[in-house]
Amino acid sequence: MTAMQLWRSVLSKDLRLAARRRSDAINPLIFLLMVITLFPLGVGPGPDILARIAPGIIWVAALLATLLGVDRIFKDDYADGSLEQLCLLPQPLAFTVSAKMVSHWLLSGLPLVILSPLLALLLSLPTSAYGALSLSLLLGTPALSALAAIGASLTLPLQRGSALISLILLPLFIPLLIFATSAVESAGMGMAVHGQLAILAAISVLTVTLAPLAVAAGVRMSVN
Amino acid sequence: MKHKTTEPLPRLTAHELSSVRGGRTLFEQVSFEVHAGELWQITGANGAGKSTLLRMLAGLMPSHTGRIEFNNHSIQYDRSAYHQQLLFIGHKPAVKAELTALENVYWQRRLSGDHRATQDSMDDWSLLETIGLLGLEDEMTGRLSAGQQRRVALTRLWHSQAPLWILDEPFTALDVKGIALLEQRFSEHLSQGGSIVMTSHQALSLASLNPQQLHLGEAYANAMGVA
Repeated sequence: MTAMQLWRSVLSKDLRLAARRRSDAINPLIFLLMVITLFPLGVGPGPDILARIAPGIIWVAALLATLLGVDRIFKDDYADGSLEQLCLLPQPLAFTVSAKMVSHWLLSGLPLVILSPLLALLLSLPTSAYGALSLSLLLGTPALSALAAIGASLTLPLQRGSALISLILLPLFIPLLIFATSAVESAGMGMAVHGQLAILAAISVLTVTLAPLAVAAGVRMSVN
Repeated sequence: MKHKTTEPLPRLTAHELSSVRGGRTLFEQVSFEVHAGELWQITGANGAGKSTLLRMLAGLMPSHTGRIEFNNHSIQYDRSAYHQQLLFIGHKPAVKAELTALENVYWQRRLSGDHRATQDSMDDWSLLETIGLLGLEDEMTGRLSAGQQRRVALTRLWHSQAPLWILDEPFTALDVKGIALLEQRFSEHLSQGGSIVMTSHQALSLASLNPQQLHLGEAYANAMGVA
C-alpha cells in the first residue's frame, strides 16, 4: 500500500466519523454565525460603523470558532487508542497526521470560506471587499488548522487542556489576524491587497509544510 | 543463558530494559529473547509495569536503559520496517464507537495496509462470523457489550500478516468461548512461525501454546532461571 492510499484512508475515515457526529463539526460554525448576527444588535445597525469593524469581527470570530473545535482533531483518537495505531504504521507519522489536518480544514476552514459572503452581508461590508474577505479566509484558514493541530497534539494527555491550547495558539494567530483584516479593510477602501494576501499565503505555506513535523513529534510525546 | 549454534536468530531481543516512573523504579534489568514460534506471557502484580514494558517493545515509549532489537537491528534504527512486522493491540481497543462492527473491520484493514479492502466485502463478513459477531454487524460498536467490542478489536489478529504480535491483556472482557477461540488463533499463529508477547493474569489453557513466563516484580530474578 502506498503512503498516498493510506493518507486517503485516514482522511476518508475522519470524514466518515465526522458525518456520524455532525454536531461536533457544526458547533463552531453555529457559534460563528451567532457572534456575527449578535454584533449588529449590540453596536447598532448603522452600516458605517458595522462596515468599519466587520473585517475584525469576522476574523476574530473565525479564530475563536477554530479554538472551539481544536479538541476534536485528536481527542477521540487519543482516547480510544486509534492514535497509538497511527504511530505504529510503517508510514511516517508526519504524513498521516497531515491528513487529519486536512480533514479539520475541510470541516472548519472551508465552510468559513463558503459562508464568508453571507457573513459580509450580515455586517454590511462594502461589496468591493467581498472578494478580499473570501480570499483572506481561503489563504488564512489552512494556517489556522495547521497551528490548531500543533496545539492539540501538545495538550493531548491533559484532561482540561483547552485553556492551555488557547494560550499557546492565540499569539500564533495574531499575525494572521493583522494581515487578513488589513487586506479586507484595504479592499473596502479600494486599495491594492496583493501585499497582505501574499503574506497570508506565505504564512499558510510555511505552517502547512512544517506543522506536520511538529504535530508528529507532539503526538509521539503524548502517546508515550 | 546457553546458546546452541543451531538455534535460529532471536526475533525480538530485549537487553536490560528498565522503567522509572515518577521517581519509582517499576522494573530494571529485564532481558529476554523471543524466537519464532514462541509465546511469551508477562505476568506481574497490578502496576508492576507490564503495559509499560509492552509499549517499550512496540516502540511507543523509550526505555530508560538498554536496547530492543528486532532481527538484530535496533527498533529505533528502522522504525518503519519494524512496524511493518508488528501488530500491537493495547489496552485501548482502537475501535470507533460511531462505526458499525463491519465498518470498523473495514477501516482496520485499510489502515493496516490492505489496499484490496473494499467496503462490505465477503472477507469482512466471514471474519465477523469467525469472531462470533454475525447478526450484530450493523449495530453501532458503541452499543455493543465490552466483550463484543473487544472482539471487534481482536479481528485484527485474523487479517494481519505481521509475524510479531504484542498484546496487552487480550482476554479482558472475553467469555470462555472467546478465550478458547483466541487461544486457537494463537496456536495457529505460532505454528506458522509467528511469535507473541502478551500480558495476562490468567493461565493459558491450551497446552500447545507452551508459554514462556516472565514475571515482573520482586520475583523477577527467580523467574529468569525458569525462562
